[in-house]
Amino acid sequence: MHGLNSIQAVFEQAKAANRAAFIPYYPVGYPDYTTSVDILQALAEAGSDIIEVGVPFSDPLADGPTIQAATQQALEKGTTPHHCIEAIAEVRRRGIETPMVLMGYLNPFIAYGFNQLAIESQQIGIDGFIVPDMPADEGESFQAVLEKADLALPHFLAPTSSPSRIRLAAQKARGYIYLVSVTGVTGARTTVPDHLRKNIAEIRTVAQQPIAVGFGISTPKQAASIGEIADGIIVGSALVKAGAEGPQAVYQLAHRLRHALD
Amino acid sequence: MIVPDARGYYGGFGGRFVPETVIPALEELTDIYSQLQHDAEFQNELDLLHRTYTGRPTPVSFAARLTAHLGGAEIYLKREDLAHSGAHKINNALGQALLTKRMGKQRVIAETGAGQHGVATATACALLGLECIVYMGRVDMERQKPNVFRMRLLGAEVRPVESGSQTLKDAINEAIRDWVTNVETTHYLLGSALGPHPYPLMVRDFQSVIGHEARAQMLDLTGALPNVVVACVGGGSNSIGIFHAFRDDAEVKLVGVEAGGHGITSGQHAARFADETIARIGTLHGTKSYVMQTPDGQIMETHSISAGLDYPSVGPEHAYLRDMGRASYTYATDAETLEAFQLLCKLEGIIPALESAHAIAEVVKLAPTLPNDAMILVNLSGRGDKDLDTVIKALEA
Repeated sequence: MHGLNSIQAVFEQAKAANRAAFIPYYPVGYPDYTTSVDILQALAEAGSDIIEVGVPFSDPLADGPTIQAATQQALEKGTTPHHCIEAIAEVRRRGIETPMVLMGYLNPFIAYGFNQLAIESQQIGIDGFIVPDMPADEGESFQAVLEKADLALPHFLAPTSSPSRIRLAAQKARGYIYLVSVTGVTGARTTVPDHLRKNIAEIRTVAQQPIAVGFGISTPKQAASIGEIADGIIVGSALVKAGAEGPQAVYQLAHRLRHALD
Repeated sequence: MIVPDARGYYGGFGGRFVPETVIPALEELTDIYSQLQHDAEFQNELDLLHRTYTGRPTPVSFAARLTAHLGGAEIYLKREDLAHSGAHKINNALGQALLTKRMGKQRVIAETGAGQHGVATATACALLGLECIVYMGRVDMERQKPNVFRMRLLGAEVRPVESGSQTLKDAINEAIRDWVTNVETTHYLLGSALGPHPYPLMVRDFQSVIGHEARAQMLDLTGALPNVVVACVGGGSNSIGIFHAFRDDAEVKLVGVEAGGHGITSGQHAARFADETIARIGTLHGTKSYVMQTPDGQIMETHSISAGLDYPSVGPEHAYLRDMGRASYTYATDAETLEAFQLLCKLEGIIPALESAHAIAEVVKLAPTLPNDAMILVNLSGRGDKDLDTVIKALEA
């Protein structure tokens, strides 16, 4: 099973197990290409439900210092969108079935070509795309291509989102809704915002999609507490930091985060 | 066709390619701005400030000796270099700072490359009592030290940006990150006719005072409209500001001049419209337009002797005007610009900004090809005091 269906199935399985889905983010090329492929494998083996595979971009305006520095280093080592797709292909060849979505800024996807991306996604088993600088009412042609190819396209919501934006995301998000826990950029934070419960309740009144919460989650304790109210938790920067030490360190943190959700 | 449409599109260009977190702020800004466009009290307040503080209207000067030297069309200069703080940037900064007060926000952030927009924003914030934070690439801070000092004197906090190429595009990234974080209390005072809707529209409108004045002044001085209007194009705010008033005068040619750097074949330039292989349609900083990029879609670092034109993308309305055939775009190299810079100093007693000297460089090429009864209007968008170090180094090299 691939594409949107595989994403939906994962949330159903997690729900049946009465836990939130664990969704790590990790960029290809950090600390280098080969290690990052091993890290994607380690994330799968640690029990990840979906992996968001990051595509490094020269101007990552939604990212905090940790992911900026890691993706900058990846670019300096020559990482391209093609490498990111190839990394997923390699992980698939190793027999890993965990759903994977490519997460990246829009311009490199435009340069690659939407149709080409959809074709390669179906060939190698990329299950969807997340594009932080493409709000739900932009990029109609990309949205149409992904829908036709039956691939996921989660949209973002934020604490600032108005009822009309929530309705739009509820109409358009494919797979899940990515709820940004705080106004701000990516990066580890120590507290869980008070307004989160209210945000989630408000979204649930109009959206059928599962709600995964990201930005700022770094510890198993935070994961556990947000996991009680959300359908999924997304962890990026904390795992990227661990990535500097290699696959084993990432595995250990991911394993603890995943099991904090049980 | 009236542009932009309700979604901020100029034909196929524009839009809002930003994180969802700031979309509500852009919607709020669009709503408030559409009210203020027709709010006589707001427009009168801005107009009064322009007359009593900015020094508007700025004059149009007939460049008699330059005209005689080039031996062709008459050349007229719209003197934005005489606006307070030294460039056209104040027109937009004051407009948006007033708007910030109307929104009830107290904190303003801005990005700056050469420092002109940063200085204009710091000036407007000092005048209106707003907190001001300016993001500036570390490399640009080194290149433009006097402007860093000016901004600090004016009470602004200048925050160095050390990511990426440490220049304007990285300063914009950092300003957007700040805005995403502090959107509820903060207005992002964007300085050029780019970024997500409604910025290209709002900046154009605040800058269109240049063209409205110049059009009336030309009629007053000469009894006719110019045959050609020339302006430099970085992000494109001074050029769209002078072009806009002439958009319906089909007989008036509009010419934008980009930064040709070391020449197009060198790859070291910022001439987005001149180089189809590397400037392709894409998205950067919230807007869809022509973007200089690698085959993989990574944004390229650009080069120009003038920091104000050194940017990999261009305002969406320019992309539209160009595709419609209403405006044409050319470029001037660093070397041509330096020649034009010196020519204007010696023949007219005006030290132009290096940005504006690009427009003069085009006039040097264009004027001799036109008859004596033709007229060229050039937007002299800023004065060149800020560029003396750069010019001294370039001339000594």
